[in-house]
Amino acid sequence: MKYLALLYDNEGSGPNPGTPEFGEMMAAYQAAGEVFEKDKVFVAGEALQPTNTATSIKVRNGKTETMDGPFAETKEQLGGFYMFECENIDAAIKYASLIPAAKTGTIEIRPIMDLSDLG
Amino acid sequence: MSQFPNKQQDLAHHTAKAVDNLVREEWGKLLALLISQLKDFQLAEDALQDAIESALIHWQRNGLPRSPPAWLLQTARRKAIDRIRRTASFNSKSDQIASQISMSHELSELIKLDATEVALDKAPAIRDERLRLIFTCCHPAIEAKSRTALTLRTLGGLSTAEIARAFLDAENTMAQRLVRAKKKIKQAGIPYSVPEGNQIPERLQAVLEVLYLIFNAGYFSTHGSAQLRVNLSDEAIRLSKILLKLMPDIPEIEGLLALMLLHDSRRLARFDSAGDMISLKDQDRNIWDSNKIASGLKVLHTAFERKKPGPYQIQAAISAIHAQAKSHKSTDWKEIVGLYDELYRFLPNPVIALNRIVANSYYQGPDIALDQMKALEEKLQNYQPFFAAKADLLHRSGKIDAAEVTYIRAIDLSDEDTTRLFLQKKLGRMLRQN
Repeated sequence: MKYLALLYDNEGSGPNPGTPEFGEMMAAYQAAGEVFEKDKVFVAGEALQPTNTATSIKVRNGKTETMDGPFAETKEQLGGFYMFECENIDAAIKYASLIPAAKTGTIEIRPIMDLSDLG
Repeated sequence: MSQFPNKQQDLAHHTAKAVDNLVREEWGKLLALLISQLKDFQLAEDALQDAIESALIHWQRNGLPRSPPAWLLQTARRKAIDRIRRTASFNSKSDQIASQISMSHELSELIKLDATEVALDKAPAIRDERLRLIFTCCHPAIEAKSRTALTLRTLGGLSTAEIARAFLDAENTMAQRLVRAKKKIKQAGIPYSVPEGNQIPERLQAVLEVLYLIFNAGYFSTHGSAQLRVNLSDEAIRLSKILLKLMPDIPEIEGLLALMLLHDSRRLARFDSAGDMISLKDQDRNIWDSNKIASGLKVLHTAFERKKPGPYQIQAAISAIHAQAKSHKSTDWKEIVGLYDELYRFLPNPVIALNRIVANSYYQGPDIALDQMKALEEKLQNYQPFFAAKADLLHRSGKIDAAEVTYIRAIDLSDEDTTRLFLQKKLGRMLRQN
C-alpha cells in the first residue's frame, strides 16, 4: 500500500541554517532517508517553503479566486511530506516515526486511495 | 397430530438455544479464522451470520452435526463464496474489470481451501487466530470507543444492539461506529497480525486498556446489566483469560486478570437490595466471593514471580490487600500507601496521587491527608471523586460545615445517578449525626 506522511510542525521553531543544531537536524533527515532507501519504501519526499509563501485558490462559478496564505490557520503547519510504499499501517507508522519532525511536531499518515477499488 | 406442533416447537427452541450457546463460545474463534482466510472483516462477519441462520434451519431438520463449529466454518466459507460471486457478477455489468480480476483470484483461493477441507469431520480442530484479531480490534489507529465496541462484537460475539445498550448508545449509532471502524481497518491497511519488535509494548497496552474498559463498563453500571445476555465484567474476564492463554508468561496480562478477579469478588457486596452503591468500608465482607479472591491471588502470585512489576500488577496487589483484610480498620494501610507510591512512579497522574492520599488518611489520619490534598486542588477542580474524598476527610476531622459544602460540590459534579444518590445519602447521614 502507499501512504502519504504529512509533516506538521510549528514553523519557525526549528534551528536556523548554519547552526550546529541545523546540521544535526539535516543529518537526522538524511539518516531516516537512508533507512527508507535501504528498505525500499521511499516513493517521494520533499520539504515545503513556509506558509508565508502559500497561496490558496478556489474556482466558483467558473471564476478563480486567489488568496494569500494557507487553507487553514493552525498551530502546526504542513512543512513537508514523504510517500512510502509499504505493507501496512504498522510499517508506515514505523517509518513515519523515524522522521525527525515526529519528535517536535505531528506526522499525519494517510493511505493513498486505490481507484481500482472503487465501484 | 395435536402433539406434533409442540414437538416441533420444542425442537426449534432447543436448536435455537444450542446455536445461541455455540455462537457465544465459538464466534470469536470462527470469525478470527474466517477473517484470516477472507482478508475482509465485513465479509467474514456477514458470512458467519449467514451460516448461523442456515444452522438454525438445518439443525432443526437434521439434528446437530458431529462438529458444529466445523460445520459453521465450512458453511460460512461457502456463503462467502456466494457473496463474492454475487458481487462479481454485479460488477461485470459495469466496467469494473480490475476489481473483478481481484475478486476471482480471491474466489479461486477460497474454492481451493474449501476442497482441501472436505474431510472436516475428521479434523475438527479449528486453528486459533484470535490473538491477531485482538490486536487488530485494539489497534491505536482506531478511535478509542470503537476499539472497545469492535472487540465486543468480533471477539465476544455480542450483538450490535447489546453493545449499544451497554454503552447507552442508540443501536443505529453503534452500528455506524462499527461500520466506520471496519472500513478504516480495510482502507488504512491496519494489519491482521500480532505486532512485532518495539511496537509490542504500546500495542499490548492498548489491548489491556480495552479489556479493562469493558470490565469497568460492567462493574460500574447497575443499569442495563440485567437486560444484557452477558455481564460485561464476566466477558472482560473471559477475554483476558483467552489473551493470557494465547500470550502466556506476560505479567501485566496476569496482573490485569488478577485485578479484575479481585475487584469482581466484591460484586454482590457493592450494592444494597435497592441497587444503591455501598462503599468498601461498609461492605459485608462475608459475601465477598472467596473463590474469585483465591484465583485472583494465585494469578497475581505467578505474575510477581516474574519480577517485572507494572501498573496492573500493583493495582491488583492493592486490591489483594483489601481482599485479605478482615475489616476496613485492620487493613494494612501502610502497605497500601507504599504500593500507591510505586504505582505513581508508573503513572504519575493526580488521580493516583488522590488515591494515595485517601489511603494515607487511614494510616496517618485525615488532617495530614487534607493538608496533602491542597497540592491537587487546582488540577482536579472539576473532578467529582476529588470533592467526594475531600468531603469525607473533612467529615472525619470534624469540620462538618466545610464537609457539607464540599459534598454539595461533589453532588453537582456527578454525572451518574448512582454516584449522586450515594453522595446524597452520605451527606444526609452526616447531617443527621451532627
